[in-house]
Amino acid sequence: MIHAAVVHDPIAHEDVLSRVGAEQDGAVLLFLGVVRDHADGRPVSGMRYESYEEMATPVLREIAEEAAGRIGSDRVAVVHRVGELDIGEVSVAIAVSSPHRAEAYDASRYVIEEIKKRLPVWKKEHYVDGTQEWVAGTVPPVREPASATRENAR
Amino acid sequence: MSVQALFFAAYRDLLGTKGLAVDLPAGATVADLVAELRGRGAPFDALPAEPAVAVNRTYAHSSEALHAGDEVAFIPPVAGG
Repeated sequence: MIHAAVVHDPIAHEDVLSRVGAEQDGAVLLFLGVVRDHADGRPVSGMRYESYEEMATPVLREIAEEAAGRIGSDRVAVVHRVGELDIGEVSVAIAVSSPHRAEAYDASRYVIEEIKKRLPVWKKEHYVDGTQEWVAGTVPPVREPASATRENAR
Repeated sequence: MSVQALFFAAYRDLLGTKGLAVDLPAGATVADLVAELRGRGAPFDALPAEPAVAVNRTYAHSSEALHAGDEVAFIPPVAGG
């Protein structure tokens, strides 16, 4: 079962992990993104994540479905947290299972890389010195309009 | 026609608002909306000339035509994960 969610409460990674796994799967992989205590040499005390939730949830599901499609598995679960997070707290958990390890690593990596490219989520770092800044992000790719695509397809 | 513009994260901080209704001529595109807002002067003129935009929760090209009631979100560079 593909699972994708944006949540406000702390992520229990065992719950994310329990959404994958099957008798034919020999590989079960869990990736956790965690708030670290520094950024470019500056000490960080915490992070505030914000999302465009009505869009982030469907985009996260789309990413999980694409990852599953790449490896022909339907055992992909991803949960992204928003709100105020302390150092060491989990911001994103990705669980994948597949018959062999290569597919699990591929799908897990795909999910986190696509999150960074196009999930409408932003984070503001709180520094130990009391200042805060939005983290410089990635401009999401925008496809050519459908009309132009149809034009090109002729 | 009227569309609803939404601003998130750094754009919301820049403009001091989460969103506002914008009146546009029929047939206006995403690019027209951006130009209308930037034409209002400070602080709107600090928006990028070609920001990433989502129309009704899907990323949209600047040439996409808008319709009455559309939700047009200005998406600052994303930083999830």
